[in-house]
Amino acid sequence: MKVLVPVKRVVDYNVKIRVDSQSQSIDLTNIKMSMNPFDEIAVEEAIRLKESGQVEEIIALSIGPSQCQETIRNALAMGMDRGIHIETEHSPEPLIVAKLINEIVKKEEADIVILGKQAIDDDCSQTGQMLSALMKCSLATFASNITFDDDRVIVTREIDGGLQTIKLQKPTVITTDLRLNEPRYASLPNIMKAKKKIIDKYLPDDLNIDMTPKLDVIKIEEPPKRQGGGKVETIIELVEKLKNEAGVI
Amino acid sequence: MATLILAEHDNIKLKESTNKVVTAANLIGDTIDILVIGNNCMSVATQASKITHVSKVIVVEESYYQNMLAEPVSDLIVSLMKDYKTLMSPATTNGKNILPRVAATLDVSQISEITAVIDKNTFERPIYAGNAIATIKTTTEKNVITVRTTAFDAATNENNTEIEILNATANPCLSEFIEEKISGSERPELTSAKIIISGGRGMQSGDNFSMLDKIADKLGAAVGASRAAVDAGFVPNEYQVGQTGKVVAPDLYIAVGISGAIQHLAGMKDSKVIVAINKDEEAPIFEVADYGLVADLFDAIPELENELNNIK
Ligand SMILES: Cc1cc2nc3c(=O)[nH]c(=O)nc-3n(C[C@H](O)[C@H](O)[C@H](O)COP(=O)(O)OP(=O)(O)OC[C@H]3O[C@@H](n4cnc5c(N)ncnc54)[C@H](O)[C@@H]3O)c2cc1C
Repeated sequence: MKVLVPVKRVVDYNVKIRVDSQSQSIDLTNIKMSMNPFDEIAVEEAIRLKESGQVEEIIALSIGPSQCQETIRNALAMGMDRGIHIETEHSPEPLIVAKLINEIVKKEEADIVILGKQAIDDDCSQTGQMLSALMKCSLATFASNITFDDDRVIVTREIDGGLQTIKLQKPTVITTDLRLNEPRYASLPNIMKAKKKIIDKYLPDDLNIDMTPKLDVIKIEEPPKRQGGGKVETIIELVEKLKNEAGVI
Repeated sequence: MATLILAEHDNIKLKESTNKVVTAANLIGDTIDILVIGNNCMSVATQASKITHVSKVIVVEESYYQNMLAEPVSDLIVSLMKDYKTLMSPATTNGKNILPRVAATLDVSQISEITAVIDKNTFERPIYAGNAIATIKTTTEKNVITVRTTAFDAATNENNTEIEILNATANPCLSEFIEEKISGSERPELTSAKIIISGGRGMQSGDNFSMLDKIADKLGAAVGASRAAVDAGFVPNEYQVGQTGKVVAPDLYIAVGISGAIQHLAGMKDSKVIVAINKDEEAPIFEVADYGLVADLFDAIPELENELNNIK
């Protein structure tokens, strides 16, 4: 069985981004970039499935500019077997990403695709769901537990009211939530080993995918600022203000 | 052309988030139909037929729609989309699960969690945990949109429109429901509560959350949590407020023992009034708080409970 894990290179989750009002875009100069945290969870899950002997091969895939190779190396250093890089000028919108992944799924005949539930830059939460539509296969979003039952996959999902468990036919697409696992750090020997692992490269043209976006980003602005910083000294003062000044209790 | 709204419900009750999507849809301006998919859910259709601005309710009942599995539900929606320009739903876990699957089948991109409607094809949505707002224009004939419900008021219930019953589409049988663990609390739901009290890692244990429960009961509030509190197992996952949990905007949000990470702020910074109780005066939560109290929560919370007793 083969597992494919798409990984996205995003602004590190610890960085507070700045909107450049001149160009109406996000200022990305000298900003720390990392693997999307949910994708790290997906990588970790694939590695655990391989370690427990449930799958044979685990492949990391990244789509975007040449620096995405670093993100793939990172996944390889964690323990993925090999990498695939689809080089594009910038990161395409989720539908196009899903189409590109789908072409790799076909080429590799992957049985399971595990993705992060959302990318923390665009916050779209779409790619896995879209991929499942293109693959015409089963879907389990927001996974907090994955097990196998013969040739079916059992996934527990984090939903608004609590937890839902479903059983899926393969091939299947799974997206990860925060509680699925805790990703490991790459050890130094594994970082060295990762340098020798293979990364295959494609261009969108090789895969015959139309890269024309369907959405135009007209502008990016800063949100309205919240006026905070008010202080109270005691609980008595707090309750009095909530009652008489804010009128909320 | 018209707009189709996927109703959010539990087969018995229609959720208020549906009324909020109606308000957003009404800003687009096309005719609005509501689609109720479920099992034995006619009472939900009746409730939906009361929502102002709605011209028709479509209901499709079938056992395999009971738990809103993505594959059969998205197949059904796709079969109806020839008559609609726009598909909308609240950005609940159902909406997020189902709508992108419909969008990809229709070969259109989705616009997730809109917070404003500029015109029929142009919308605002937060990106980077709400630290930037993007204005997005679609170039396709059809639009698929999820709505951040905190950004829109609920449409009223002053209508009585027709209900049309349609047949199910076939079950693709790709997945199967096993079980659901719903924690059915007596308290209001996080996403519709007027007051929320949330605890973070500073709470130290799940047992200590009972201190917040007592205050919640006094105020008619919902109880929420930071990711750290959920990860530590103090409370279940559905309590999580934030970029990757629930987005809330109550009249009053009380953050107790929460530091105020970007990812937490993303889920609550649009609350009307924010109270922070934290023993670290440098905690970033104070930067967004209207009323910050630097104190040990284990002193402050019992005192707050007492003081609330005094005023009520
Ligand atoms: C991909 C990703 C997604 C995430 N999504 C979310 C999300 O949706 N929601 C979310 O909340 N977080 C999210 N996070 C986590 C976020 O980055 C923070 O780690 C988390 O919010 C911290 O929770 P906390 O404030 O409870 O804990 P801490 O940051 O540890 O803060 C605890 C606070 O409690 C105070 N405290 C301790 N003891 C007391 C006491 N006795 N009295 C008073 N105060 C006390 C401390 O001073 C401190 O400020 C996400 C992170 C990542 C990487």
